[in-house]
Amino acid sequence: MNLEILLQTLLSGVLIGLVYALVAVGLTLIFGVMDIVNFAHGEFLMLGMYASFWGWALFHLDPIVSLPLTAILLFAFGAAVYRLVIRRIIAAPMLSQIFTTFGLMILLRGAAQYLWKPDFRSVDATVVAGRVTFLGLQFGLPQVVAAAGAVLTTGAVWWFMRSTRTGAALEATAADKEAAALMGIDAQRMFAIAWGIGAACAGVAGALLATYFPVFPEVGANFILIAFVLVALGGFGSVAGALWAGILVGIVEVLGGFLVGPAYKLVLVLSLYLLVVWLRPHGLMGRA
Amino acid sequence: MTFTPGRGRAVAFVLAAAAAVLFPLVATGPAAQNTAILMLMTAQLGVAWNLLGGYAGQVSLGHAAFFGCGAYVSSSLLLRFGLSPWLGMAAGALAAAGLSMVVGWPCFRLRGHYFAMATIAVGEIVQGVVTNWDAVGGAVGLYLPVAEAGWRGLVWNTTKLPYYYVALGLLALTLAVSAAVVRSHVGYYLRAIKDEPDAARSLGVSLTRYKLVAIALSSALTAAGGTLYAQKELYIDPGSVLPTSLSIKVALVAILGGVSTLSGPVIGAVVLTAIEEGSRRAFGGTGRGTDLVIYGLLIVGVAVFRPSGILGILEHRRRAPAGGAPAAPAAPTAGGQGS
Repeated sequence: MNLEILLQTLLSGVLIGLVYALVAVGLTLIFGVMDIVNFAHGEFLMLGMYASFWGWALFHLDPIVSLPLTAILLFAFGAAVYRLVIRRIIAAPMLSQIFTTFGLMILLRGAAQYLWKPDFRSVDATVVAGRVTFLGLQFGLPQVVAAAGAVLTTGAVWWFMRSTRTGAALEATAADKEAAALMGIDAQRMFAIAWGIGAACAGVAGALLATYFPVFPEVGANFILIAFVLVALGGFGSVAGALWAGILVGIVEVLGGFLVGPAYKLVLVLSLYLLVVWLRPHGLMGRA
Repeated sequence: MTFTPGRGRAVAFVLAAAAAVLFPLVATGPAAQNTAILMLMTAQLGVAWNLLGGYAGQVSLGHAAFFGCGAYVSSSLLLRFGLSPWLGMAAGALAAAGLSMVVGWPCFRLRGHYFAMATIAVGEIVQGVVTNWDAVGGAVGLYLPVAEAGWRGLVWNTTKLPYYYVALGLLALTLAVSAAVVRSHVGYYLRAIKDEPDAARSLGVSLTRYKLVAIALSSALTAAGGTLYAQKELYIDPGSVLPTSLSIKVALVAILGGVSTLSGPVIGAVVLTAIEEGSRRAFGGTGRGTDLVIYGLLIVGVAVFRPSGILGILEHRRRAPAGGAPAAPAAPTAGGQGS
């Protein structure tokens, strides 16, 4: 294996890893603020992809152009899911919470199949079609744009959590619900915002992926498992942890697929994950 | 809830057992019998899962690995050496218990969500490895030979009825093992580990040792269910005996009925299978996912409105017929338990 192939493989891994990270950021944000693992998160991504697809098919909107709309749509959907369903199970045991979001997953998949049929659909001829050459290496432009968009969005979420009053209030709610309530922070509103932002992250990732990945009702299954791994690997609730874990997992996946065989990609990623949580039970950057 | 069965409970148990034994004589149609077999097999898996996920409080979402272990070990031994499936069932159970030790020892360091996520990873790894392992059929799977029908080979072709009684027997065995564990000192330690892990440890209870006992029994019984599945279907592949969706369904059954109770997973399995089969039969043919929508809606509905499961609803009815706060299933009195 020469240097060129190694570099190509590493960079391809980073490109997909950054998109994985964005999906995981939404998941880890929801978990960090309210200790609930959202099994339906892959379906938020799926809905983001369908929103992009229909914007393109019906209104000739490019997924990149309609991306802000997709984000707003998914924010509203996430907040609505919180208000209608999740709000009622905050105090329920962990098992019931798993049960609820798992039911949501089946429901949303079923609804997508009902409304839009189980066909594979794809967006053709987007503004980001084509290839770019970097350091003499060739990359698909959609992959590069998706990775860049994922980094920007992750950075925006990170900035939002650090530098805005709402972000600080979210952090405070995550750290101590009761104390935050005493400071006049409306926990219900914070939870709804966390679900909104979490879903919007998945939606943006969906819009970016729609430029080069087919859309179908079960597409979320491909990403949710990796997102779980990133969240646990980076540490539940840690945005920066999810980002680093995303890059690491992306590299392991592509490099492992190249060295061992594509069929073992997922096995390698999951083995790495087990090794890390075994050595560090709270992940790379998690709070104990 | 106490573990000394009252008179009403004993009568209910005898009636349920009699109904289960007599059911196929009343419902003779192949569709009804097949649904009933599915119910019993699912119930057996739920009861076995409950030993670890309910009583010991270690939520496993990777039990399909043990189910698949049972199915693959007995089927491979049958295909290669002509070993009787009954011995294969025992071998599969032993193999699954061994696998569970390897998995449990590192994973029991993890708590709560971290443990649940790790078990998903274990299940997916086993599925990934088997899918790429040509010696056990890889992604194509294994076909079992159509052997002479009978109890000896644990295979029947023209009628599915004997499978019903094998499944019922396996469920009875699993319930008996669970009841024995719950009443033994192991059961007390498991509950202590679940409710007060730090206190239990400070009193000298070896958390890991008793969790390993729970996972070994739970996985061995789950593997026995896997062998029965293989013998009934005569075909297994990674997608049918190793998927994470199966792991989650097994946990769902226990949660739906009520965890940490003997009858909860059985009730949950009957209800879930009825919903699943019913909506599949009514709407599945359209291929539009209507059955999935209904299935998902019901799961969310039960979880949101009755988080303590169906048994919780029944207990609640009996204790407070006028309505009010639903009782948590393990609480001795209903007073003060919030909704």
